[in-house]
Amino acid sequence: MAQGLLQIAIFCAVLVAVRPLLGGYMAKVFTGQRVLISPVVAPLERLTYRVLRVDPARGQSWKLYAGSLLALSAAFWLALYLILRTQTLHPWNPEGFHSGTWDVTFNTASSFVTNTNWQYYVGETTMSYFSQMAGLAVQNFISAGVGIVVAVALIRAIAHRRGAQLGAPEGTIGNFWVDLTRALLYLLLPIAIVGALVLVSQGVIQTLGSYVNVKGIAGGSGQLALGPVASQEVIKELGTNGGGFFNVNSAMPFENPNGISNFLELFLILVIPVSLTATYGRMVGSRRQGDAIFAAMAIVFVAGVIVCYVAEQHGTPAQHAAGLHTAAFDGSTGGNLEGKEQRFGIANSSLWTVVTTVTSCGAVNAALESLTGFGGLVPFANLSMSETIFGGVGTGLYSMLLFVLLAVFIGGLMVGRTPEYLGKKIEAREIKLVALGTLFTPLVVLVTSALAVATKYGAPSIVASGPQGFSETLYAYASQANNNGSAFAGYTGYVQPKPGNLGAFGITFADLLGGLAMLIARFAPILIVLAIAGSLLSKRAAPAGLGTLRTDTPTFVGLLVSVVVIVGALTFFPALLLGPVVQGLTDRLF
Amino acid sequence: MRKTLVTAVIAVLFFTALLGVAYPLAITGVSQVAFHGRANGSQLKVDGSVVGSRLLAQGFVIDTGRKDADGNPITRPNPRYFQPRPSQTDYNAASTAFSNRGPNDASARDFYRDALGAYLRLERPYTPGLTARRVPVDAVTTSASGVDPQISEANARIQANRVARVRRLPLARVQRLAAEHTDGRALGVLGEPGVNVTELNLALSRLR
Repeated sequence: MAQGLLQIAIFCAVLVAVRPLLGGYMAKVFTGQRVLISPVVAPLERLTYRVLRVDPARGQSWKLYAGSLLALSAAFWLALYLILRTQTLHPWNPEGFHSGTWDVTFNTASSFVTNTNWQYYVGETTMSYFSQMAGLAVQNFISAGVGIVVAVALIRAIAHRRGAQLGAPEGTIGNFWVDLTRALLYLLLPIAIVGALVLVSQGVIQTLGSYVNVKGIAGGSGQLALGPVASQEVIKELGTNGGGFFNVNSAMPFENPNGISNFLELFLILVIPVSLTATYGRMVGSRRQGDAIFAAMAIVFVAGVIVCYVAEQHGTPAQHAAGLHTAAFDGSTGGNLEGKEQRFGIANSSLWTVVTTVTSCGAVNAALESLTGFGGLVPFANLSMSETIFGGVGTGLYSMLLFVLLAVFIGGLMVGRTPEYLGKKIEAREIKLVALGTLFTPLVVLVTSALAVATKYGAPSIVASGPQGFSETLYAYASQANNNGSAFAGYTGYVQPKPGNLGAFGITFADLLGGLAMLIARFAPILIVLAIAGSLLSKRAAPAGLGTLRTDTPTFVGLLVSVVVIVGALTFFPALLLGPVVQGLTDRLF
Repeated sequence: MRKTLVTAVIAVLFFTALLGVAYPLAITGVSQVAFHGRANGSQLKVDGSVVGSRLLAQGFVIDTGRKDADGNPITRPNPRYFQPRPSQTDYNAASTAFSNRGPNDASARDFYRDALGAYLRLERPYTPGLTARRVPVDAVTTSASGVDPQISEANARIQANRVARVRRLPLARVQRLAAEHTDGRALGVLGEPGVNVTELNLALSRLR
């Protein structure tokens, strides 16, 4: 295990080193300052504003900001739905795939517009290259950008009247179109271009050619499914989207061929969520505030990695019952290698599982359904904490800031003072919105899961029996409502007897329930966060006094972690007992 | 309101053209020129025809001529070749899927029992005294992708005994060949080492 822990330590060290650099860069980008690539990008930025007919000097109220965000998301939803339903007309459809059914397409369009990337389809047997490139991958950029700009708007509201330069016209939370354009052109696209080429150099494929027929080395025949994978793979990770080009996602060697590509992809998933905490510190004018949030996130993350790694190294009851020996020895990783790739082994599969479930990435390089009971409990726990531990790009920070306000409120009650955060008083209106915001997603998870297990309509989607079947269902709705997109893949909303998408049909109940969960649990919290931003914006920032609860101390970090864990645990403990906890505690087979 | 909607529609068209067409086409163009082999799937060719990809596993089996209840041909491992990890999809690279075998599934236990039995039956004649204790887990668990091209070094060591005997080659030669097709950890530290079965078997098939 020492070698695996070393790899995990190297990964964490690289992120800690990059955090202030990218964090500072993003602070410059979102406060409108010049950066290194400005000479190249600024003309394209100006062209964008001209085409969109946007005046970059004009700020927006929170309602106008939210309205623009909703309008763009709705337009993109419609565009994506139309693209996916007209596949027979597409260019770059060498395999001649037909379109998905309306219910599956409803789910998929909702999934990609909300940064979820839940997949009730098999990429390589149903999607044209055009759908993947111009439909799905575009959403990977846009939905990531939308998440980031909401976080930026909230940061501006908190920092407003604290004397820092914010890159927004006085008295506004910014301009949605400007923020989105800058997020895309200065942040996501440049990193994607470099990352995609590095991935291709490692063996990730990038071609528009048709599938290649193969006559095997020892006879037999097969087919190589190809496509423009690298350009999508990189933004799928960078934007914490997670929707694989192939059905088995980043376990497929064409998406993730070796240790270097795996490390790079893991790095891309976490780098923006991690660095945004540094951006936050800079924009509010106190780096320690950002460091405190980072520390709280890092503590929970590292604990999850260790639990998952130890559990996976142990093997499963089914393996032991069959007489397998899962101890490591010279030349064998040992452990639960079911649903894992040899080149990643136990350590990198466990690390990946935790990285993609603390963030809302949802890409997988190993099968979640085949994790051990306690190993599988870690992704569950991460979803239970509403994707606040680093979380999706932007979404993680703004969700965590809601918990920060909640912790400040609870701390304020304990010391008997009006709670305030960075000098701004947290009053009834804010705390009502915060309560709504923090409980909204868990509520959606529990209601949809209950509908799916308590009615007969959920049953056709469940593959496994016993507690595993319950875990599949709970995970499906937790993942969709949290906009994560990873899956205990036994749960399905789609049946495809033959490749080629002919004769395929959706399971309408699962498609619609999941699609609605994704949409409502994405946009309701965004509206709540922007409303809080509008409310905080106008408040005066009072200087800190002797009785102020400091929010940059280890004590506060402890309080914050406790609040996040307790809210998540209280909400989900009963449900988790029925699934992964039962499986982790018993050697019984079902 | 109306202006916002118009902006939104223009933004859909503009960003789709930029991010959904220009960007992937540019990456494709550069990749096809700079990394032609890798961008097209690291294809392996024999006499000009494609026999697979170095990144993907394929089956090395003999058709027994019999068919199972579903009408699919029953095959058995070809003892002249190294065997890749078990696959849920019969090494199908154009329709991938997870096995989704859960930790507490009784059916998973049965699968592992069968896989362990089959591995011991295949290898024990050439590796006397081989017991379950010494069977590496990668040999009896399905990979995630179903086309994992690699096996563990311990697995390759056991299989080398069989391949050498069946092909009447010196064991040292087969072991050297396996070592030549072993990918170490990237940069000496990242990932796990593994033996690339596809490339190794191609090299074996070229020996004579």
